[in-house]
Amino acid sequence: MTSDATVGRIHSVMSMGGVDGPGIRCVVFLQGCPMRCAYCHNPDTWTTEGGELRSPEEIAEKVLRYRTYFGKDGGLTVSGGEPLMQAEFVTGLFGLMREEGISTCLDTSGHGCVGEKLDKLLAQTDITLCDIKFTDEGGYKRYTKGSLEHVQSFLRAADAAGVRIWIRHVVAPGINDSRENIEKLVEIAGHYRGVERIELLPFHKMCIPKYEALGIEFPLADVPECSTARAEELTGFIPPEYRA
Amino acid sequence: MRERSLIMEAWNGFKGTKWQETIDVRDFIINNHISYEGDDSFLEGATERTKKLSHKLDGLFELEMRFGGVLDIDTQHVTSLLNYKPGYLDKENELIVGLQTDRPLRRGVNPFGGLNMTRKACQAYGYELSEKVEEEFLYRTTHNDGVFRVYNEEIRKARHAGIITGLPDAYGRGRIIGDYRRVALYGVDRLIEEKKKDKEALASNPCDAETIRRLEELYQQINFLGKLKDMALLYDIDISSPAKDSKEAVQWLYFGYLGAIKEQNGAAMSLGRVSTFLDIYFERDLREGKYTESGIQEIIDDFVMKLRMARHLRTPEYNELFAGDPMWITESVGGMALDGSTLVSRTSFRILNTLYTLGPSAEPNLTVLWSKDLPKGFKDFCAKVSCDTHAIQYENDDLMRPIYGDDYGIACCVSAMRLGKDMQFFGARANLAKLLLMSLNGGKDERYDMQIGPEMPVYEDEYLDYDKVMERMSFYRDWLASTYVKAMNMIHYMHDKYAYEKTQMALHDTDVHRYMAFGVAGLSVLTDSLSAIKYAKVRAIRDENGLIKDFETVGEFPCYGNDDDRVDAIAVEQTELFLEALKKVPTYRNAEHTLSVLTITSNVMYGKKTGNTPDGRRAGEPFAPGANPMHGRDKNGALASLNSVSKLSYMTCKDGISNTFSIIPSALGHTWEERRDNLENILDGYFARKAHHLNVNVLDRQLLIDAMENPEKYPTLTIRVSGYAVLFNKLTTEQKKEVISRTFHEGI
Repeated sequence: MTSDATVGRIHSVMSMGGVDGPGIRCVVFLQGCPMRCAYCHNPDTWTTEGGELRSPEEIAEKVLRYRTYFGKDGGLTVSGGEPLMQAEFVTGLFGLMREEGISTCLDTSGHGCVGEKLDKLLAQTDITLCDIKFTDEGGYKRYTKGSLEHVQSFLRAADAAGVRIWIRHVVAPGINDSRENIEKLVEIAGHYRGVERIELLPFHKMCIPKYEALGIEFPLADVPECSTARAEELTGFIPPEYRA
Repeated sequence: MRERSLIMEAWNGFKGTKWQETIDVRDFIINNHISYEGDDSFLEGATERTKKLSHKLDGLFELEMRFGGVLDIDTQHVTSLLNYKPGYLDKENELIVGLQTDRPLRRGVNPFGGLNMTRKACQAYGYELSEKVEEEFLYRTTHNDGVFRVYNEEIRKARHAGIITGLPDAYGRGRIIGDYRRVALYGVDRLIEEKKKDKEALASNPCDAETIRRLEELYQQINFLGKLKDMALLYDIDISSPAKDSKEAVQWLYFGYLGAIKEQNGAAMSLGRVSTFLDIYFERDLREGKYTESGIQEIIDDFVMKLRMARHLRTPEYNELFAGDPMWITESVGGMALDGSTLVSRTSFRILNTLYTLGPSAEPNLTVLWSKDLPKGFKDFCAKVSCDTHAIQYENDDLMRPIYGDDYGIACCVSAMRLGKDMQFFGARANLAKLLLMSLNGGKDERYDMQIGPEMPVYEDEYLDYDKVMERMSFYRDWLASTYVKAMNMIHYMHDKYAYEKTQMALHDTDVHRYMAFGVAGLSVLTDSLSAIKYAKVRAIRDENGLIKDFETVGEFPCYGNDDDRVDAIAVEQTELFLEALKKVPTYRNAEHTLSVLTITSNVMYGKKTGNTPDGRRAGEPFAPGANPMHGRDKNGALASLNSVSKLSYMTCKDGISNTFSIIPSALGHTWEERRDNLENILDGYFARKAHHLNVNVLDRQLLIDAMENPEKYPTLTIRVSGYAVLFNKLTTEQKKEVISRTFHEGI
């Protein structure tokens, strides 16, 4: 089974997400991510070893069990881990969803796949929730294993494929919670015509037990959580047309 | 001829003729209702008058809480329609009048169900039942007396062990909905006239016991309709003719309801489906310029204030079973008509609006009859009200309408009945988790070590085998079902004999269809336990006498609540088997057997009475409420949990399948519009799967923990529990903890 490239390595399936793209969505979390972001709240999805191997058909069968709840906006969101690391599996799964008329949403850091493979996936994608983790290469370098340039190239490809784009950005106090940073984020987002929304996600530390269980040190243990009030204040610097 | 002209004036402008010729409220509604497809923007807030009264009432509620839950008891008079002087909240300013006793929140005593219960209830709050009442009842047989005269040893034991719990043998059975709208539409004289005709028609029937009983029942109905008129006259209001305008329609209808709750202390005294009926009067007056929108809202607000004041005197033990002093004044709102039009009217909005004009409240128990075809504006408003107040519940109109038509109402939490045409003999629940344990222990109770059911050797093997366990269960299930049906037959025979609902049955057709509503508790515990036996390895652990008291379960097994057909099918099968077993035993008055999966708040108490179970639940731990999966075992998110419950068949559980759904606001959407839309999608999706009922709470667990620690900060915090809403502060500490421990669906 492992030799079959279209099989996916699944971390878990959550039957309902209310904040993972438009409407009610079934969220499939894939196993494996290369990013190692300092504030990651799902460290259990990093390794490419664990998880369960499932075919697109098996996962589609699960997702379709929830179709009555999707309404006109909802559908499937594939998250991770990093779904682009398993682009062929996701392409297969999204294709099956499209056949059923179910909306497909890709929750990604923009890293893990380029070129023709990426284009094939984007051709089956209705919307992407794309994390711009930092607004400069310095931030990316210091807190992740990725790069801003990489995300931008993903966004260019998504735009070219006509995919709707929601930008996400985790805001951590003292790291990227300045007004300038948010304005920079808005400027970057402005380059892509598919961008409909910019969501700020306040940094929290509910993930610490997960790190402890895995025996991994949480690098931002000393960084305070971002208050809802601060997140709302910063949202004020996002132009209304990009707000929820 | 004066009467005739009064009637024509009252009915002026109303269309249709069939409802004029015979008693047919549905025909009146279908001919005259005005569907409203817009949004909530027309609604008005509370007027100064309403605010003043509402403030006064809130003060009384607060005082009642400080007095330990009961403000005052009149121990001198037995509650009935004419036994109290008229009472008022604020005589000068109230628009709708009538109280159960002579003062707001003063409770009457109702010993017809049982004298001992009444005595104990008085004592619990520092009162003594007066000698006068004691003496009066020296020479009377109560419902409770009657039942215990005939209960056999088997029933007494099953009751004692708690394998059957909550039998209404010491208080009114309730769950009967008088069609209170008839009082407004026809006036009482016409209703009396029709009942007299029905009585005369019985003259040609064979003169057997059933006919004679019906003759006497009709005599009582007619007698109490007369009393209902006299009760209204105490307030200087004559309800012999039809109501002429908005205010009269509400007043007449309320008097009908008031008569019922003065006469009966049934566990659930539901209201029916009155909003869109009343809307017809409101729209006529609005057209004629008699009232403004604000004036109409004021009448509804006043009416709802009266409903919020309704009380019965209960014992603390009763409250342990049914927490929060509930009345289940269930009002069914919305739904669709058989002709495809919506029964949503502006007054469907207005009644929900009372949760804003008067603040959130557990009563009346507002129940939205949900259809995929409801107007978007109404769906939006319902979802908004749910997010704001967690005070409403939803039931599937698309599922019920094909069975009951378009003029049914919900009694209690989830029991559907055609208004004025169906009634039910309600009672109790069988504890299915205990049935499993008793089957293993050969009819012995695992807590009392007492022989309850027929004797058989204790299950012999070390490990439990699914087929063998099922075989034993089928034997004990038949025994349990038979004991249960017998108890119910005795209860309802005696209730008809000694505490017949004269006012409420007068507001039914003379020929009614009867349901006998049975219930089960502990379905999810039983299901997961059987799943453990089937898919894992369960070893029985015995005590020194050889009784199985505990289990060691090794290996994984699927749990109910994860949309896993392997285990969900067990739940479906167990409900079917139980209904089949019940149906083998004939019922009193040939009532139709029905089944509910509903526990109210008694899931806490049922848990207390049940030993360790093979699913890993420890002895005494609460069950999940209603048809909910056990706390924390639904691990695949909200929709998987909903899907599991939706598999239970409504045709098997026609008395209702209750599911309570709690979700934290931030998991439902970023903005309130998103939360509203997502909640609508959840309801549409759940009900499209033929699910029956959903309680919705949109709140954070943290809020409940804070409310537990600082009750004074949350005087009106209302939450949905199993089938009804409750003021959080009225729950016991144990019940609060149980509510907090339930699954709250969150994002990850």
